[in-house]
Amino acid sequence: MTRQMTGARMVVQALKDQDVEVVFGYPGGAVLPIYDEIFQQNDIKHILVRHEQGAIHMAEGYARSTGKVGVALVTSGPGATNAVTGLTDALLDSIPLVVLSGQVPTFLIGTDAFQEADTVGITRPCTKHNWLVKDPAILAETIHQAFHVARSGRPGPVLIDIPKDVQFATAAYAAPETARVSHYQPKVRGDAEQILRMVELMETAERPVFYTGGGVVNSGPAASALLREFVDATGFPITSTLMGLGAYPASGKAWLGMLGMHGLYEANLAMHGCDLMINIGARFDDRITGRIKDFSPHSKKVHVDIDPSSINKVIRVDVPIVGDVTHVLEDALALWKDRGSRVNKAALAKWWKQIAVWQAVKCLNYKPSSVLIKPQYALERLEALTKGMDRYITTEVGQHQMWAAQYLGFEAPNRWMTSGGLGTMGYGLPASIGVQIAHPDSLVINVAGEASWLMNMQEMGTAMQFRAPVKQFILNNERLGMVRQWQDLLHGQRYSQSWSESLPDFVKLAEAFGCKGIQISDPADLDDAIMEMIRYDGPFIFDCRVEKHENCLPMIPSGKPHNEMILNDSETAGAIGGKGGALV
Amino acid sequence: MSPLNIKKSSASHSAYDLHDPNAVLIETHTLAVVVDNESGVLARVIGLFSGRGYNIDSLTVAEVDHAGHRSRITVVTTGTPAVIEQIKAQLARMVPVHAVHDLTVEGPAVQRELALLKVAGKGEARIEALRLAEIFRAHVVDSTLESFVFEMTGTPEKIDSFAELMRPLGLREMARTGVAALSRGV
Repeated sequence: MTRQMTGARMVVQALKDQDVEVVFGYPGGAVLPIYDEIFQQNDIKHILVRHEQGAIHMAEGYARSTGKVGVALVTSGPGATNAVTGLTDALLDSIPLVVLSGQVPTFLIGTDAFQEADTVGITRPCTKHNWLVKDPAILAETIHQAFHVARSGRPGPVLIDIPKDVQFATAAYAAPETARVSHYQPKVRGDAEQILRMVELMETAERPVFYTGGGVVNSGPAASALLREFVDATGFPITSTLMGLGAYPASGKAWLGMLGMHGLYEANLAMHGCDLMINIGARFDDRITGRIKDFSPHSKKVHVDIDPSSINKVIRVDVPIVGDVTHVLEDALALWKDRGSRVNKAALAKWWKQIAVWQAVKCLNYKPSSVLIKPQYALERLEALTKGMDRYITTEVGQHQMWAAQYLGFEAPNRWMTSGGLGTMGYGLPASIGVQIAHPDSLVINVAGEASWLMNMQEMGTAMQFRAPVKQFILNNERLGMVRQWQDLLHGQRYSQSWSESLPDFVKLAEAFGCKGIQISDPADLDDAIMEMIRYDGPFIFDCRVEKHENCLPMIPSGKPHNEMILNDSETAGAIGGKGGALV
Repeated sequence: MSPLNIKKSSASHSAYDLHDPNAVLIETHTLAVVVDNESGVLARVIGLFSGRGYNIDSLTVAEVDHAGHRSRITVVTTGTPAVIEQIKAQLARMVPVHAVHDLTVEGPAVQRELALLKVAGKGEARIEALRLAEIFRAHVVDSTLESFVFEMTGTPEKIDSFAELMRPLGLREMARTGVAALSRGV
């Protein structure tokens, strides 16, 4: 029995049938029929944002912290173009999103109508796939396909552009099970022969390391559980990218900490010195590899990735395994047990001894201060006071983000939301709201820098309206800290445009939004203030005035390999050559 | 090779590897891409090439299965073996792409292109053009007292050589379709 309904009603029905509970959106002329349907139902909660970029980042925070598909609804023209940054962010970090945009009526497309933009054209390179639906008869099926595409294979954002006349027109509704999705079925099972080769290499490896990434988190909680089991079974050290933090617990005994440009010394040296690298769900990003030519020169490399185009894209590997992390680890672990596999114990003990030497360097040590709040100290205290709580962390982008990754410990996946690939300043505040909407009773903290935070601060209104008690922990150094750091190291301390002038009074700003703010500059006040923030029942803006000139270390200087990390400020002088101006 | 003409020496100090991998071992491959014949699919494929900096030497597209809504895109591209491999992987993961065949490595293939050439001239040149057209098996599809339009199909190289011969004989205009290709045998 087919049900006839309008396109607008189909949208809402299809979202319900896809078990969508929350939509982040902003109304406008071209989506009014859909908003009219939203008004007349109670199953789907609509979160009214203050800017469409906020809607996409909220949907990302929601998706990343739940493992579900995030959904956003925006209008045509400016509504859709405002979504572009968020879509690109989600594409680079493989976050499943379905974004619905309104479009001018089909008969006006191409006439430069009011609020018309070529949305599918603009979003083609920043979505996994997109559709312009001109026929109401295929609208429902397209929405179901969109959810399938967003969550299958390597997850990513998709967009459906729906002209207003299609929203008004009537057609038969297609249920999810009738949607044709057969042709898009990415391979999830890894090749058995390659998995065998991996296991064989693991049995003889003398200096192995697991290098894991966001793919483990994206594969679901089972992948993290299997990863832990595999690490325990082998006793191999493990490091992770920024995106993969939490898949293996920070308290785990094989944990080396994050790797990469601002990763830990021991993690990077293990990558450089290993003889077997097992990459699981990471993509050899340039923040990880440093100079390609000298990247881990003596290792055999295994790469597990669900996206075949990730394999051999940057680094040529010896054992490519295309498949979903959960499936591949399941098969590998079963094989490991079947074969009664043993590791090379003597060599592994020696390897761990070497790693202990690197760990003894204590690369995260910093010069403490009793007068100024060091940003590292602020995060150490935040970690100490919130450890063990039901906690989710989001970040903005910059120094604070790297410090958060270094000084906060993550015990479980889906607890750490950060803009890794695109590096989107302004991500953290809306993302924290999306996380809080999904987990209303949890502690959600956005570790921010003042400059990033200002980019989407209008979303405090959303937090207030929907009683999302997000904690905005702003490490305020009145600088664009990472830009300042690079100018310090690369551009002769000429701090061009990298300070925050005319900052608002964050406490008064909090009051203006109707929530609570605090400003702290004395390290002695820090603990009490953090506790006040945690206990406060509502959104909270914490203006933490920190040391203004702190550099984020350790750091792999631009264009250097892993084994040429700099550890402290005294080593930064002349660490980067004069030609470094060409880099990012 | 690099459009920005960045000197190699400046790459050694960058966090990005600015070493241009295209500097060595360029190969030409003919790819057949079977896609859903849906709106925007060609833009998607072309956008992949321009967005990721790949080369397109020639490209043809047409629907080949009306009932199945399938189109076939034949694209001739150049790059290092690693770049060609990456192009194929990037194409294959696109949602509307059903299959990617590398006709250059998957065994022998037939490649054909169609060209129309307008040659204007009188007297001996005109007769010479007609004689050469016969040798190249080009057909006259339009003629006036002062011009011919020749139609010819063949490999791109054959069309190149014919066009070169026509140039001194009064070649005015030329239109080419780009390469269509199929593997030999079954």
